[in-house]
Amino acid sequence: MRAVEPRRHKGTDVKLIIATIKPFKLEEVREALTSQGVRGMMVTEIKGFGSQSGHTEIYRGAEYAVNFVPKVKLEIVVPEGLAEQVVATIARTARTDKIGDGKIFVLDVESALRVRTGEINDDAL
Amino acid sequence: MTNWKTPLRGLAPLACLMAGPAFAQEAAEAAEPAALEAGIAAATDTAFILNTLLFLIGGFLVFWMAAGFAMLEAGLVRSKNVAMQCMKNVALFSLAGIMYYLIGYNLMYPLGNWSIGSDETGGYIGAFGVAVMEAVGIGRDAADDYGYAATSGDFFFQLMFAATTASIVSGTLAERIKLWPFLIFTIVLTGLIYPIQASWKWGGGFLDSQWGFLDFAGSTVVHSVGGWAALAGALVLGARAGKFKDGRVIPMPGSNLALATLGTFILWMGWFGFNGASQLAMGTVGDVADIGRIFANTNAAAAGGAVAALVFTQLLYKKPDITMVLNGALAGLVSITAEPLTPTLGAATLIGAVGGVIVVFAVPMLDRMKIDDVVGAIPVHLFCGIWGTIAVLFTNPDATLAGQIVPIVIVGVFTFVVSLVVWMVLKAVMGIRVGEEAEVTGLDMAELGMEAYPDFTPS
Repeated sequence: MRAVEPRRHKGTDVKLIIATIKPFKLEEVREALTSQGVRGMMVTEIKGFGSQSGHTEIYRGAEYAVNFVPKVKLEIVVPEGLAEQVVATIARTARTDKIGDGKIFVLDVESALRVRTGEINDDAL
Repeated sequence: MTNWKTPLRGLAPLACLMAGPAFAQEAAEAAEPAALEAGIAAATDTAFILNTLLFLIGGFLVFWMAAGFAMLEAGLVRSKNVAMQCMKNVALFSLAGIMYYLIGYNLMYPLGNWSIGSDETGGYIGAFGVAVMEAVGIGRDAADDYGYAATSGDFFFQLMFAATTASIVSGTLAERIKLWPFLIFTIVLTGLIYPIQASWKWGGGFLDSQWGFLDFAGSTVVHSVGGWAALAGALVLGARAGKFKDGRVIPMPGSNLALATLGTFILWMGWFGFNGASQLAMGTVGDVADIGRIFANTNAAAAGGAVAALVFTQLLYKKPDITMVLNGALAGLVSITAEPLTPTLGAATLIGAVGGVIVVFAVPMLDRMKIDDVVGAIPVHLFCGIWGTIAVLFTNPDATLAGQIVPIVIVGVFTFVVSLVVWMVLKAVMGIRVGEEAEVTGLDMAELGMEAYPDFTPS
């Protein structure tokens, strides 16, 4: 009989949510998340494309394709219980109903650690 | 000339008072020659002082154009090349000053002591020797040219023009040229090429005496010379890696358009000194009114060029291009430089506007010819330099067609050919282009080992 160990390590209680949103939505999303109990996030300015295609511009008479559109990437690590709520909040506040609104991904986090105190996993958040 | 009799008439009654009423008539007549001389000396002193002052003010205004070039170029190159562009600008400016002192000034202004040629039959090569200013604390008797201005002021002013010529070249060749070969070229340009051709016109050489060539502040002598040297360099150096691919032109947008704009306004301001002080005199009512005309016309031409570029890029590309509007303003300035005095304000505006239109079409034209000019210096300084020199015919009755065209060609051939030879020798002896990897990494890191913006940029 094969023993299938249920994955009940403390680490699986932590999720990483990666979301790309339109830059002007950042403040709105941040405010909505912090009011829901999210205590931290990482923000990066990125360029990207999805179904929102690029366009052409002209610089000194020469045409060039602008393939990438500026976006903001959020990386938020939360306890599992909060994850669904966070995803819904981001989706609700970041939506503009136009293409290029972005995507949200949820990943499992193997472990987490707070540098100052050494607390791990749920306690690190 | 100033009316020196006015102070004289005022002095005569004073002489009468001192001599006593009995001898008033005789005393006044005896005092007249001395007072007359004093009056003339005071007036000539004043003219000397004001002329020299004009050179000092004009000189530091043209100096300020170096900051303009540096910021314009820094703003139009990519971030990874900004520090290098700044380095080139500071270094070339400093070298220009040294070369002009060592060789350039006397080569350009032999004051009749031509090594080859003469004032009467045409001067070709000027005098050799370092520049020497008048001694400290001279009186009017010790002035080199009492009827003109202090040599110190004249040298200071003219040196700035040599430096400006060298600045023009650095923009075109940005982002792929090695520092030291570029600086060596600068040394040759400011020590020999510029002073020799400038002597032919401003030094009283053959273009002036035999052809009646008119170039007030240097559309040909400064701007086209810089442009020809830049063109020769661009041809020998080649385009930036990845600039022309599969028959397409790949834009490489500048890193800081705010700096580029600041640089353009700085150049615009410096140009008031560049054109204004080329009046070379401020000691009379006529002179100072002329300088006012020159300032106003210079501004009008810049405005005409900027608006022309604004309108034409809007029409051609559906969106106006700020970098072209900046080029347009400079094009207007270069265009009026050959004759900023005689035009009316309207004519100056139109002359500048034509310059603006020229650059709008010349920039993509150079791209199609696979000549990579990073900042548009060739359209602005060479093409508009030629246009400006021709435009003299429209507003100055003393200009002749041959007298304008032939010198344009002579200066062009001389500058282009000598520059081409120097660039080719430098390429053969030491190579003028950085390696491919260095070009991709950026000259700042590869050639200088530092970055203009080393931190993570704050958003």
